[in-house]
Amino acid sequence: MDHEPETGFGWELEDGTHVYTNSTLEGPVLVYVKGGKIVRIEPLKLSPEDPESWTIEARGRRFSPPRKALVPSYILAERAKVYSPKRVLYPMKRVDFDPNKKDRKAENRGKSGYERISWEEALDILEQEITRVHKTYGPGAIGTTSSSHHSWGIIGYRLSAYLRFIDILGVTYADHNPDSWEGALWGAVHMYGFNWGVGVPEQNDLLTDALQNTEMIVLWSADPETTLGTYAGYESNPWRQWLKELGVKFVIIDPFYNYTAVNFADKWIAPRPGTDTALAAAIAYVWISEGTYDKEYVEKRTIGFEKFRDYIMGREDGVPKTPEWAERITGVPAREIRALAREWARKRTMLGFGSRPGMGGAGRAAYGHEWARYMVALQAMQGAGKPGVNWWSTSTGSPTTPNVPEDSNPYGFFFPGYGDGGISGDTGYTGAARILPRGFVRIPVTDRINQPGGQHVLRLLLPEAIMSPPVEWRGKGFNTISIEAQFKKYKYPEDGYSEIRMFWRYGAAYIGTMTNTNRWVRMYRSPKLEFVVNQNPWFEGEAKFADLILPAATSFERWDIGEFSNISGQSLESVQFVNHRIIALSMKAIEPLGESKSDYDIFAMVAKRLGFYEKYTEGGMTQLDWVRRFFERSDLPKYISWEEFKRRGYFVVPVKKRPVTPALRWFYEGRRRDTIGAGPAGGGVMGMPDGTGLGTQSGKIEFESNSLKRFDPNDPERPPVPHYIPSWEGPDTPLAKKYPLQLMTPHARYSFHTQHDAKETWIDEIPEHRRRGPDGYFYRVMRINPADAAPRGIRDGDLVKVYNDRGAVICIAEVTERIRPGVVHCYQASAAYDPIGEPGESPDRGGSVNLLTPHRFLSKNANGMAPSSALVEVERWEGSR
Amino acid sequence: MTRYGMLIDVAKCNACYNCVSACKDEFWDNDYPPYSRAQPKFGQNWVRVDRRERGHFPYITVAYMPVMCQMCRDPPCLKAARDGAVYVREDGIVMIDPEKSRGQRQIVDACPYGVIYWNEELQIPQKCTFCAHLLDQGRKQPRCVDACPTGAMVFGDLDDPDSELSRMIRSLSSGQPYRGEETKVLYSGKPEAYEPKPGVGPSVLYLNLHRMTKLFIAGSVVLRESDDLVEGASVRLEAGGREIAATTTDAFGQFHFDGLEPGKYTVRVEYPGHRQLSVDVEARESTYLGYLFLEKRGAPATQQRLIQ
Repeated sequence: MDHEPETGFGWELEDGTHVYTNSTLEGPVLVYVKGGKIVRIEPLKLSPEDPESWTIEARGRRFSPPRKALVPSYILAERAKVYSPKRVLYPMKRVDFDPNKKDRKAENRGKSGYERISWEEALDILEQEITRVHKTYGPGAIGTTSSSHHSWGIIGYRLSAYLRFIDILGVTYADHNPDSWEGALWGAVHMYGFNWGVGVPEQNDLLTDALQNTEMIVLWSADPETTLGTYAGYESNPWRQWLKELGVKFVIIDPFYNYTAVNFADKWIAPRPGTDTALAAAIAYVWISEGTYDKEYVEKRTIGFEKFRDYIMGREDGVPKTPEWAERITGVPAREIRALAREWARKRTMLGFGSRPGMGGAGRAAYGHEWARYMVALQAMQGAGKPGVNWWSTSTGSPTTPNVPEDSNPYGFFFPGYGDGGISGDTGYTGAARILPRGFVRIPVTDRINQPGGQHVLRLLLPEAIMSPPVEWRGKGFNTISIEAQFKKYKYPEDGYSEIRMFWRYGAAYIGTMTNTNRWVRMYRSPKLEFVVNQNPWFEGEAKFADLILPAATSFERWDIGEFSNISGQSLESVQFVNHRIIALSMKAIEPLGESKSDYDIFAMVAKRLGFYEKYTEGGMTQLDWVRRFFERSDLPKYISWEEFKRRGYFVVPVKKRPVTPALRWFYEGRRRDTIGAGPAGGGVMGMPDGTGLGTQSGKIEFESNSLKRFDPNDPERPPVPHYIPSWEGPDTPLAKKYPLQLMTPHARYSFHTQHDAKETWIDEIPEHRRRGPDGYFYRVMRINPADAAPRGIRDGDLVKVYNDRGAVICIAEVTERIRPGVVHCYQASAAYDPIGEPGESPDRGGSVNLLTPHRFLSKNANGMAPSSALVEVERWEGSR
Repeated sequence: MTRYGMLIDVAKCNACYNCVSACKDEFWDNDYPPYSRAQPKFGQNWVRVDRRERGHFPYITVAYMPVMCQMCRDPPCLKAARDGAVYVREDGIVMIDPEKSRGQRQIVDACPYGVIYWNEELQIPQKCTFCAHLLDQGRKQPRCVDACPTGAMVFGDLDDPDSELSRMIRSLSSGQPYRGEETKVLYSGKPEAYEPKPGVGPSVLYLNLHRMTKLFIAGSVVLRESDDLVEGASVRLEAGGREIAATTTDAFGQFHFDGLEPGKYTVRVEYPGHRQLSVDVEARESTYLGYLFLEKRGAPATQQRLIQ
């Protein structure tokens, strides 16, 4: 489906090396190609011809960012990832899978080998099975889900090429839960709205505000040096250096002395995991008893404080939430809690809970919604929105040009982000409604099954849905449409729909990223799944459970266009996570390796077999045609010609001089909202039509939540006023006698989810990530305090078995003072699932610690994941020395 | 003349490993004759990241620093090499000739920094070249510095008094903080050489090296009568009977003396209305003294004595 090849992309060096650009999911890079091979990938540097960077004036100094894209290590390893021995280069069929036999030998999934087949054979199998499954079982029988962010670019992103395909096909889609910030979705939104941002509050211009006004920053369950503003690389590292230079103090609250602490901590406070809410309650206690909270703000901008105060002071339950009370629970000395509370009240303080406010491992825990609500409560008590006081994690809110169309706002510049749905135009699942009128997509699609009246399944419950239906749950994944959407009950199978019989897995991450993931292994080996497809560039741990593997090309082998950190959709402000808005072409630098094909081309081929090629491709559009369309319909052509853009490969959006509108200043001052962002149209509010309120019923911050009162005023697990509730899998539960250590599994540092892990790149040799064991295998690093290591006979570099009733994982021990005694730490998102025996029943040496995390929800009615609440034991593994 | 060198700020390194990854990207599977043969994907780190943890839970510091060939003025590897297998370019870059060095394993053993690696397959010693092949093409920086996102690594010409690196070192050596023109971040501290074996004259200098090589004594001061951590208590550190440093406690009652050698010290804490407190410390490693309680004047005198 290629036209006459268009030329003129990138530029050539004297020695014949060609330089292309690529917009990766952590920033733009230059790609050097010589003799048809990628030889170098380096961060993009701005040239003097590019627009001037912004400058912030604060406290007599002027701050301006470095003029290069601050991409992370794993992006610089993309070359090794492209040429990884783990690439899937040909269509492959499980050797004992025969589509013409009734017995599919499902029990051999994960064990059997594969044989190479041709694309024709693969397409034959796909066509036959899709048709058979649909005709045999009816609508809903084809199940699918994708990985998170496994390729960047407006055309190739999962909400674009993949969503367009499955929408037309008609599938039961396993809805994604917000696996980075459950607590805010299920908790914080009930206090301050911002349900459209999954509980992440607006962040406009908070870098300027912080540099000018803030005196202290509390990072609570937040490690921006690791989680990188999600897609923004290290763009915010200089900001933290400037804050430090200005004397702003950093307090890090985390059981692990994290990587932000390494450079910035003035104070480290390490509560026992799962007790953060008690720590927060004690801070509120100090403020109330010493009268050091903003009483006027609480009176004017909040409701329900009296009941909250009654709980804190012990009038509700007879237990005052004193620092001494909290010391017994958290392990943090009362005097430290008092000092923190006093300093917080005395200084203009930013609270970053999670690496974007609302995220954070403490929210992915038993009753994590209560912690998130306390994070809202504390800053409500200190007047959030006043100069220097807000929810801010030092990773957002730069003065870049807002991502709104220039013709609607003179200060804006529009380029779509992945949240706008790319070529799908799907208004149900993405923010496509905003871009459709501009003609990005001419034939928008939606799914007949995956729609409000159709069949759904929650990703977290997929194994149970397959193996032991029916299942029920509340809320459909992200639930951004309203606060109440999360209360809605769903069931699977939906009345009149088929159960899933075929499962098309796009990407391969979930054994390494979901919870209690031996469930996934068992699901894959169930004969109820008659046909499993995996489509992915790499043979990851989950791919080996497929019957048919489709070789996808990487984003260096196809055309695309994308912007650094641009989410758009419900996160318009995401372009403020970076220093410069950079829109770059992802140029097809090399031909797809082996017989791999771009996802779009794979979907188009299948669509052709099934008879919807014309619709899928809008009449034969190539990826480059789509790239051109997205270029033309954005604000780019007002500034740069296609020819020039092709040659340079990137465009830096000029900074427009515009009024500074810090997040929530309008709310603090009782004005109409003046910030640009997502949220309901009009005044930008839900509660107050005059535009002065938040998205709650009262338009105020609700210490006593109206939405929870309406839902169930007597829910003991999520009461209208937030409570500290001990974890259902914490150190004070009976299980702790058997499994005395608490396991932390934060988001990975040297990989984006599973994408950059275990690909046989040099990333696997970073000793903070994986270390070579005595057998030469790269094991995931598990951190353990000497106080826990010594009695177990564990020395640094020993292999250890980390285990509980859910499974066992072999890791390599790092004995360190960085972790609180009683806690062990291993980053999640291993791409390898490598059981040493029977899959699902034997220890995994690939490092998928998610095998060990519970699949119980945050609480009964809050159906989000709680991997941070896991008890384990650790012992030395034979063959260690 | 040109003499290429580097300044690395330990306080800025966040273990991102970009330097390592960029170095691998440049050299893995890429030969640059006559400069270098390819760096294997695993087992060699022409730039590596060292880590140092100091202190004990709940008071620690963690520091990282990139270590690559320090481009010694008097390179031990050159002395160990035969047949001119190691040579120094006019710009000060120490190079290993990938042809002449074949079989010369002693070159690896000669390096006090452990940054020369043996390539088993090719039977040659290999190391960082400061990306000489790129500098010769007109590039201004090696790949590691180019990829460093924090400004922890600065590269330049030590012999050119007008180079940013030279201006930076001059400024910092005279106690003046310096804001990087490209990195846009502020540097402070005194540049110093990292010399496990003195006298080699490295062209790589470090800032805040004490975070890797020296020790700290820290503590938290509490007022006994209120159990409050106290801000503004004055704390003096004495060694050999004389005061060597003084500080005041922060809002969490914390004080921190850094850059110390192992030895015997006395910490004296004073706060108005309270008895002076003295603690003797024999520090063999970084030491957090925990909570030091100040008694109100008039309360019975106490002397805490700690031997570490």
